Amino acid sequence: MADFLMPSLGADMEFGTVLQWLVKPGDAVKRGDIVAVVDTEKATIEVEIFQTGVVQKIVVPEGEKVPVGTLLAVLAVNGEAPAAAPPEAKPKPAAPPPPKAVAAPPPPPPVIAKPPAPKPAAPHRLHVSPLAMRIALDLKVDLATVTGTGPDGAITKADVERAAKAPKAPAPPVEVKPAAPTPAGAPAKPAIAPIDHHAAMRKVIAAAMARSKREIPHYYLGTQIDMSRAMAWLTAENLKRPVTERLLYSVLLIKAVALAIKEVPELNGFWIDGAFKRSEAVHVGVAISIRQGGLIAPAIHDVEKKSLSEIMVNLRDLVKRVRAGVLRSSEIADATITVTSLGEQGVETVFGVIYPPQVALVGFGKIVERPWASGGMVGARPVVMASLSGDHRASDGHRGGLFLAAVDRLLQEPEKL
Amino acid sequence: MSAEGKVKITYREAMRQAIRDAMIRDQRVFLMGEDVGRYGGCYAVSKGLLEEFGPERIRDTPLSESAFVGAGIGAAMGGMRPIVEIMTVNFSLLALDQIVNNAATILHMSGGQFNIPLVIRMCTGAGRQLAAQHSHSLEGWYAHIPGIKVLTPATLEDARGMLWTALEDPDPVLIFEHGTLYNMEGEIAADAGPVDIVKSAIRRTGTDVSLITYGGTLFKTLQAAEQLTASGIDAEVVDLRTLRPLDTETILDSVTRTHRAVIIDEGWRSGSISAEISARIMEGAFYELDLPVQRICSVEAPMPYAKHLEDAAVPQASSIVESVTNLMGAHG
Repeated sequence: MADFLMPSLGADMEFGTVLQWLVKPGDAVKRGDIVAVVDTEKATIEVEIFQTGVVQKIVVPEGEKVPVGTLLAVLAVNGEAPAAAPPEAKPKPAAPPPPKAVAAPPPPPPVIAKPPAPKPAAPHRLHVSPLAMRIALDLKVDLATVTGTGPDGAITKADVERAAKAPKAPAPPVEVKPAAPTPAGAPAKPAIAPIDHHAAMRKVIAAAMARSKREIPHYYLGTQIDMSRAMAWLTAENLKRPVTERLLYSVLLIKAVALAIKEVPELNGFWIDGAFKRSEAVHVGVAISIRQGGLIAPAIHDVEKKSLSEIMVNLRDLVKRVRAGVLRSSEIADATITVTSLGEQGVETVFGVIYPPQVALVGFGKIVERPWASGGMVGARPVVMASLSGDHRASDGHRGGLFLAAVDRLLQEPEKL
Repeated sequence: MSAEGKVKITYREAMRQAIRDAMIRDQRVFLMGEDVGRYGGCYAVSKGLLEEFGPERIRDTPLSESAFVGAGIGAAMGGMRPIVEIMTVNFSLLALDQIVNNAATILHMSGGQFNIPLVIRMCTGAGRQLAAQHSHSLEGWYAHIPGIKVLTPATLEDARGMLWTALEDPDPVLIFEHGTLYNMEGEIAADAGPVDIVKSAIRRTGTDVSLITYGGTLFKTLQAAEQLTASGIDAEVVDLRTLRPLDTETILDSVTRTHRAVIIDEGWRSGSISAEISARIMEGAFYELDLPVQRICSVEAPMPYAKHLEDAAVPQASSIVESVTNLMGAHG
């Protein structure tokens, strides 16, 4: 038997709302499967499970907001016989009842311990006429609250207009479960009243940043890095690639940070309970701003082991999903260091605030052309300011300096990244 | 003369006047087909015209659709304005090669050198117990072919007015006359004349549903629309008039107002003109639709001979009322 708990999807998360279960009792799950959609104050997250087994019981129903660590579901891990017959055990009503004349078929074989994993139930889709859909958007009517009277219960224009005219129910609290069959829409657009992410996110950022500045003794280092070799290599490399596979220079920076951190491991990990816990894996959190305001820093996993192309694919995917508001739990929870690049905003230097419980944040500014003296000659070179915000409890400025020097050195040999 | 400036007339007589009028107006116009002369036309449309215009211009032909339609194409290329009558749409299949491979393509194949200003009239549809070889509605097939126009006059005005406009058109025009309409009698303006052949017409305005139809089912549909008022359903009736080119704009306008569409077509459903209309509504007015587009078509079987079976096989006012009422259900 194993418990599936409300995961912590970020150090700052205290509560999560189960928007949707993607599994039901009797479903077989394996490590890495996405089993539920959880709304935190920052985003809608697809939550993975880390155990293989058969879902036995869903404890927290859809729509409920519970603290981190709450038991969400119980799993029977492999080999274990389910304690009680799972509700799905009864055989599917397969063929229509056979005509009387035919001999009665043999009784269905008894259900063996491991029933064949049924496909996860397709989420029930609302039937809404195109016109009703359009009018609902205009009138801001939540279709999940509308009763359809059209063919097969489809929602029509009249239904939406009726719902729009109906007096607003006295602000039903979010936790109230919707009536009977939960008309959960696509995972990205849950039927449960959505949280105001913008306001909630501000609150979360406020809490995390205040904690950071309250608890973490920051030190700041900065160094200018000559990017001429890196940029020349990148230009040549991109000429060889189809447009869709071209690299952004941020990919070089992220990879350089991941490799440099192997040389200065005290920047990679977490400060927990008064001690530094070093992380072997390098999961680089990439700060991505959200158009409506706020930001989130999901992780690209095992960056030091990935090629530039792989990192580029991950980065593109992350940005897309951040903007769509669909991230996976592992991406949110386990960044071991964060990189923020504010170059696009025209900023030259970043003085970053560490995202607790991480112990370092690396900032990059804009790449600018500057006079650069090298070998007794002055020339114009593309230059970027790399900065490090370090947690002085975990590392010292000396080691931080070595880290930035390593980043510099690595960027001078872009072909090796 | 009954009312002021109005005359009482049948569809058959309106069609005959249209032919007569064209013969008088333009010396290049002549009529040919099986039994159009001495017999007066198998639906008696051309009765009396042989006596008035003589055998040069009212020509009986041998029993070969391919031959006399081909002759019509040749005459049109040579500068004449032929009206070719084919008894029924089923027989027109013998002339399909002439119509599809020649009439519809010669302008294109000759690099624009030769127009085919040909008009072919034929009878279509069921309702007269003529069974499976004389009763089908294949006009939707012809509407598939670029290079020809397909007209389906249903009203007396259109029977009287479409022919001349068709003759003036530089390209081949097919006119489908529904067999049950010939005896229909009504009043039209004494000076009724040519009408356009490009626009569909709203025959009844309504707000709840657009009933889109043409030809022989127009009056059944209008009758159904009246009966639907008893259920509180205010139906609009669109008479397509022309199946090719389709007046998509009028259809979409109507659906945009009513948000519901039912297409009534005596043709078979599969691959039909009703399918085409349904697709255009979906393409052009998807976000206006409040219910799925519905079609009422003929049963997909050869047309039965027995009266009760024939009646059951094609759309009737009662089946239209029933379908529309079901569709609108509790939310009309």
